[in-house]
Amino acid sequence: MTTAAEYRQRAETLSGPLPPLLAEAEHLAQAVLLGFHGRRRAGMGDEFWQYRPARAGDPARQIDWRRSGRSDTHFVQEKEWQAAQSVFVWLDEAQSMAFSGDKGRVTKADRGKLLALALSILLIRAGERVALTSLGTPPRSSELQLLRIAQSFELDGARPDYGAPEVRNLLPHSRALFISDFMGDLEPLEAQLAKAADRGVRGVMYQILDPVEEAFPFDGRTIFESVGKTVRHETLKAGDLRERYLERLAERKARLDELAHAVGWRYECHHTGDSAQSALLWLYGALEKRG
Amino acid sequence: MFTLGGIGFTAPWLLLGLLALPILWILLRAVPPAPIRRMFPGVALLLGLTDDETQTDKTPWWLLLLRTLAVALIILGFAGPVLNPREEAAGSGPILIVMDGTWADARDWTRRADRVEAALDEAARLGRPVALVSLTDLPAGDLPFRAADAWAADLPSVQPEPWAPDAEALADWAAALPDEAFDTFWMSDGLARDSREALLAELQAHGTVTVFESPSPVFGLRPAGFAEGGVALTALRAAAGNALTVSVSAHGLDPSGVERELAREEVTFGAEATEADLTLDLPPELRNRVSRFEIAGVRSAGAVTLTDDALQRREVALIAGRDDREGLELLAPTHYLEKALEPTADLIDGDLLDILLANPDVIVLADVATVSEGEREPLLEWVENGGMLLRFAGPRLAASDVSRAEEDPLMPVRLRAGGRNIGGAMSWGEPKQLRPFAETSPFYGLEVPEDVTVSSQVMAQPDPQLSERVIASLADGTPLVTRKRVEQGQVVLFHVTANAEWSSLPLSGLFVQMLERLAVSTRPAQPTEEDLAGTVWAPDAVLDAFGTVQDAGTLPGVPGERIAGGAPGADMPPGLYTGEDRRIAVNVIGPETQIAPTAWPSGVPVVGLDVVEETMLKGWLLAVALGLLFLDILASLWISGRLSRAGRGAAAMLALALLLPGGMAEAQEGDELALAATSEVVLAHVVTGDAELDRIAEAGLRGLSQVLWSRTSIEPADPIAVDLEMDELAFFPFLYWPVTPEQPIPSDEAYAKLNRYLRHGGMILFDTRDADLAGYGASTEAGRKLQRLAAPLDIPPLEPIPEDHVLTRTFYLLQDFPGRYAGRGVWVEAAPADAEAIEGMPFRDLNDNVTPVVIGGNDWAAAWAVNENGSRMFPVGRGFAGERQREMAMRFGVNLIMHVLTGNYKSDQVHVPALLDRLGQ
Repeated sequence: MTTAAEYRQRAETLSGPLPPLLAEAEHLAQAVLLGFHGRRRAGMGDEFWQYRPARAGDPARQIDWRRSGRSDTHFVQEKEWQAAQSVFVWLDEAQSMAFSGDKGRVTKADRGKLLALALSILLIRAGERVALTSLGTPPRSSELQLLRIAQSFELDGARPDYGAPEVRNLLPHSRALFISDFMGDLEPLEAQLAKAADRGVRGVMYQILDPVEEAFPFDGRTIFESVGKTVRHETLKAGDLRERYLERLAERKARLDELAHAVGWRYECHHTGDSAQSALLWLYGALEKRG
Repeated sequence: MFTLGGIGFTAPWLLLGLLALPILWILLRAVPPAPIRRMFPGVALLLGLTDDETQTDKTPWWLLLLRTLAVALIILGFAGPVLNPREEAAGSGPILIVMDGTWADARDWTRRADRVEAALDEAARLGRPVALVSLTDLPAGDLPFRAADAWAADLPSVQPEPWAPDAEALADWAAALPDEAFDTFWMSDGLARDSREALLAELQAHGTVTVFESPSPVFGLRPAGFAEGGVALTALRAAAGNALTVSVSAHGLDPSGVERELAREEVTFGAEATEADLTLDLPPELRNRVSRFEIAGVRSAGAVTLTDDALQRREVALIAGRDDREGLELLAPTHYLEKALEPTADLIDGDLLDILLANPDVIVLADVATVSEGEREPLLEWVENGGMLLRFAGPRLAASDVSRAEEDPLMPVRLRAGGRNIGGAMSWGEPKQLRPFAETSPFYGLEVPEDVTVSSQVMAQPDPQLSERVIASLADGTPLVTRKRVEQGQVVLFHVTANAEWSSLPLSGLFVQMLERLAVSTRPAQPTEEDLAGTVWAPDAVLDAFGTVQDAGTLPGVPGERIAGGAPGADMPPGLYTGEDRRIAVNVIGPETQIAPTAWPSGVPVVGLDVVEETMLKGWLLAVALGLLFLDILASLWISGRLSRAGRGAAAMLALALLLPGGMAEAQEGDELALAATSEVVLAHVVTGDAELDRIAEAGLRGLSQVLWSRTSIEPADPIAVDLEMDELAFFPFLYWPVTPEQPIPSDEAYAKLNRYLRHGGMILFDTRDADLAGYGASTEAGRKLQRLAAPLDIPPLEPIPEDHVLTRTFYLLQDFPGRYAGRGVWVEAAPADAEAIEGMPFRDLNDNVTPVVIGGNDWAAAWAVNENGSRMFPVGRGFAGERQREMAMRFGVNLIMHVLTGNYKSDQVHVPALLDRLGQ
């Protein structure tokens, strides 16, 4: 039997790391000035759009008496139509993301979480609805959703070495953000992208790489292992492999870009050594872009 | 012990481990360097890539070699390698250790003693009885065979003697050697001697003889003599060889009575030459002070030669009673004296009073009757102080009334009027001969020639003291030479003339000998036996074998014949011997001595003196192996790629740093500071430890330097920050010292440096930077700190800067000394209490020097400070008044530096009119 105190303790332990991550994400998000994006036509919303003469059928309580008092006719205040977008964020939780080439650098997963959360904050403040695909919940636009997203980052579970997007409940014509290192097999990704494109989902493929993965600064006899140790490769002269590795990496990036273009998505590669701020700006801009 | 080419091994079996090296090689070769495991998500992209090369599968050959070498060194190291393993000599029966024990041994006596000790150790190990004999100190009776340990304890008491073994005694001793068989170790001093051969034959009859000889050269120095106006010295060496330069130094008392080196000259032995001549050109004053010459750096009595009176030429003043008659040289009163004295003494001519100033050893008055009143007193004083007045009779003395009725202090006896002629044309009797000299006479022992006759003389009054004053007389008993002692000096009268008019004495060799005995002239270098017959000489100082001069103590006197006779021995150690009124040096090496190296017969093994030290190589080998293993670590890291790219450079630097000697940077720094500070005028500030404050101080001095450059002829370079603890202060004319409450108190050494700086004309400007808000005193924090800082400094009394202080007019006429603040309290060295304005002068004549400190709180540096662009760093005051204040601050700075560099120049009255003129406006 679990006592209330134990629950509380566990809850505290669980939420311990959350405020820092949330605070950091808030901090990051604050740097991006934004406003609600109106649809430039009257509809449901909070912002004033225009006054129009009251027509028959308009409920009396919709009449703006203040405006009507200045003239003979009755006016109704129309609001701008503010349609909330649904954004699905898929953050790769595979073990390969838990890699950092330097002690002083954050892991790819950390950077991904930060970006995902900060972007969520921005989107929710902008009135959009956000969902983390791994949670399986529908997109919501509440602060509680933020907390849920943050909490879901802390959940442990069996993770594959390399991840593949798993987006089952994508709403049609919503937006999607795939954050991953895209080091694994590209087949599932292609399939998922095709599925998303069928539903008219537009989105962004955001690749996060460690600078070490870009530079391959290795030499000598080396056994390379994936983080989950399922894949390994032994070489006697790691230095000789550099050229060919970089070639393959470039190929992969080109392939991803190509895939993105094919389905009208956007693709970008980010390095954990670079600033998260600029990454967030780019991401926000890319997602806000009208599609 | 197992030896291999000069290297022995204490644990040779371990060397078998070397056999395992090839196996190790194969093993190492088969095992490639362990791979490094790296976590790398990008491995997915690597799958399927293959290596181009495969040979790194095996360890590279050079790494193998490195490791094999390291292991080999470790095996060798633990096998206990010993360089120069000591060979154990076999043998049995007693051992005789013969040491020459001469002065030539002294040069490396400790090494000889070490060698003997080694021989004793060996004998002790083998249980052989030992007898130790020094040939210069032969033991009486049988050979003293004892246990080697007993001898080892006695060894320190065996010392070399400053003479050669006595050949006769040696032969007797050799003949008396016991019949038993013994082996002989002969520690030879390396010099050839006639006595060696017989002794060697005798020793060989008893057993094997091994000779130990040192290869180091033997030097000798012959006694100094005169040659061509200088002091001639001859250095000797036993073995001819390459050209070699040694220095010969002269030692003696300096005018203050301290023994020191008076001169030093180098002399070079030519190749294949065993003698090297040297002429030292010393001024007489210096030459007379020399007590010994020695070859510098050689510890041996042979390399030291003592000097005696022979080297000291006496200064003799000759004064004749009448003028020389031109052309009649032979009749001149002093002609024979000059001839007799010239080779051995320095003659002085001149007026008596002038001569007395030169303080000669001897003054000769030839037929001078009266000495004027003015000259009498100083002359008497000179005699009393040890001078020797030598008078000769003559017609004038005979005719005068000097010392007639009562004894003249400058005459030894009273004279009867007239004198007498004997054997002349108008007289009876024959010219008189001399009576042999009495034992009490200084002339005792001189042979009287038959042909010396006296025809005229002055006669002494018979007085009670006469008999004791006569030191030579004629055959009839009348005095020929009389002597009176006056205090420390003496007055001697020859009752005949100094020329050949009254006697033939000046023509004879006896005259010269008598002058010598009277110590008027200097003796020839080597006294003959005849000269010294009948005298006894007391040793004054003796030389030991190492060439050091020691007090003779209670050594017995030595008869003159022995001294004249020759070589020093146990009965006559070399040294300085004192007779009645002269000293003779007995040196180890005489003027004719030759030294030559020994020539041992071919059958005698001659061994070097060196005891070869066993050197354990274990430590070295292991250290090298460790170094190789360290290299191996680096190389392995490199091979396996664990050495990151950045780390590679660091490792290379580390390897280099291990090789390169460090510690050069610091010295360089000191020199650079000295160069920077001295090649141009430089203002300096004290580093306080407060970075901002130091920056302001530097900027302030930079600003002041710029102003000085543009307005005055002082053109300073960039200011320098001075660390009181590290830097030399002497280079800086001026130090600016901003005071903060936080700065550390300098160390005692720094204070010593500061005091030295202040005493030698440096100036420090203390700036409390508090505008002197509380008046000068302890109430501000900076003020209290200043008091603590300045307490150990040697600062004179201070006063607020007076109106007529030179600082007010060294360049600009100033009355205020503002900085960033315009406080009034600027303190300088107080004027002397008696400084008063002379009438008509506006200024008092104040301190002669630059004031060592100026103390104030106006934060001058901030007012002076300019940044790199040349613009002011801090505002001063407000508006135009502020700029005026800054200008005044600049002018104060200019005046201050002018004061530092020109001192009290502007105190000079020369400028008074111009200053008055300007002040009047």
